Amino acid sequence: MNLYRARRLRNAIASALAVGATAVGLCWLGMVLGILIWNGLGGLSLRLFVENTPPPGASGGLLNAIVGSTLLVLGAVALGTPLGMLAGTWMAEYGRYARLTPIMRFVNDILLSAPSIVVGLFVYEILVAPVGHFSGYAGVAALTLIVIPVVVRTTEDTLSLVPNELREAAASLGAPRDVLIRRLTYRAARAGLTTGVLLAVARVSGETAPLLFTALNNQFFSLNISGPLASLPAVIFKFALSPYKDWQALAWAGALLITGFVLTISIAARIWPRQRKPT
Amino acid sequence: MIDMALAIPERRRQLAQAVSEKISIRGVRFYYGDKLAVRDLSMPFYDRQVTAIIGPSGCGKSTLLRVLNRIYDLYPSQRAEGEVLLDGVNVLAPAQDVIALRARVGMVFQKPMPFPLSIHENVAFGLRLHRRMPRSEIDDRVEAALRRAALWNEVRDKLSASGLSLSGGQQQRLCIARTVAIEPEVILLDEPCSALDPISTAKIEELISDLALDHAIALVTHNMQQAARVSDYTAFMYLGELIEFDRTEKIFTAPRDPRTRNYVTGRFG
Repeated sequence: MNLYRARRLRNAIASALAVGATAVGLCWLGMVLGILIWNGLGGLSLRLFVENTPPPGASGGLLNAIVGSTLLVLGAVALGTPLGMLAGTWMAEYGRYARLTPIMRFVNDILLSAPSIVVGLFVYEILVAPVGHFSGYAGVAALTLIVIPVVVRTTEDTLSLVPNELREAAASLGAPRDVLIRRLTYRAARAGLTTGVLLAVARVSGETAPLLFTALNNQFFSLNISGPLASLPAVIFKFALSPYKDWQALAWAGALLITGFVLTISIAARIWPRQRKPT
Repeated sequence: MIDMALAIPERRRQLAQAVSEKISIRGVRFYYGDKLAVRDLSMPFYDRQVTAIIGPSGCGKSTLLRVLNRIYDLYPSQRAEGEVLLDGVNVLAPAQDVIALRARVGMVFQKPMPFPLSIHENVAFGLRLHRRMPRSEIDDRVEAALRRAALWNEVRDKLSASGLSLSGGQQQRLCIARTVAIEPEVILLDEPCSALDPISTAKIEELISDLALDHAIALVTHNMQQAARVSDYTAFMYLGELIEFDRTEKIFTAPRDPRTRNYVTGRFG
């Protein structure tokens, strides 16, 4: 009897500790969101989306930064997704038993956890310094280098979850491997693959450090990717550090905007696969 | 030659009069890495006959089946030696095109594994792999295959529903339908009923007898009653070796080897 009581007591203590730890973690998240909303909500208006960043003392919005961020993120995802998916597919399907695969996985994990400022510096050295000026291209390149390992990882992981029996069943009908991958394993892993891309978008939309060395920033509206390009994180960085009240307000609004976007995407990435039953 | 008006068992008895070797296995050894799983095994599989392979877990019976369509080729560490003659041609030869081989030697697995596609597409998938054909022909062949697998009446109104929405027994018949659709000459069944309830099992067994009218069938099973019920020939394997191969009634009533006798009477340790 004593044994049971002691066990129940230990269980209660462990549960309390676990709940406490969760509460502490959520508490910080709640505070961050709370402060963001408190400070950012005031600056949130339609002007944010139709006016460009103002000079100090004037009023304005974040249009150029939003457009710049969209270009950079879309470019990086458009380049990084096919590359990452192909590499991940090779690792999970063709090279599953190859000696190269564990090495690739290791290198990819290093890339995945590499400080993004290092990626920025690297791209600066090869795409900015030789050309002599900052550019959207360099920004896209830096973000692409961050997208690739994320997509490689999720692609390999989700394809590895597809049961081998499915591959054997298809092979036993005489399906070549490319048909099997394109028509069956991609389909079976569809939800996971999409989640991977969404997570990459979320990850890359908030990146600041690699952009400071590459796309830099631009006070004006620009669609020219071969020149410096504004982006939300870079504008937030600049405005938040400035002494001007209206710039600081815009920085808060921009931070709220990015957080809302990333949060929405992350939540979508969690919910979407669950709603989508395998057809 | 065969009177189609007769019931299946009667027609099968007639077929048993003149059997011909569809596959002959000659001195096959199989390795998982360094581990020898099948040793110097030789046996025939007759056309239009059901050959059951029985034996305790790990005796190599599934492995033997996996040699016949070279599905083991998917795994670089697995290899087979010896000869498997399909109509006299060694299919283990490196020059053998495995895709052409698998179109002739179909396989149904233990776990029903429908593709994540519609019921119609599950069956059409294999058809499209081997020959271009017009939509109407695909539809006809899908229907014919589903009828052959005794599934048509249950799915005719929901061909566009997911194959995964079916029950386990229906899924297994769908897998059989998709194998039958590409008109193989040999069908390999790897414990096709072990995940199914008795009613589904009975349906599949009936199906096996029907398929044996125009295919060579190799059936791996743990269930000795099943082997006795549906097979014409039985092979008993133990520890990677073929202990005894004979007509099924002989194996179950008068086996020559004491190990076979112990196994079929359930006295095996």
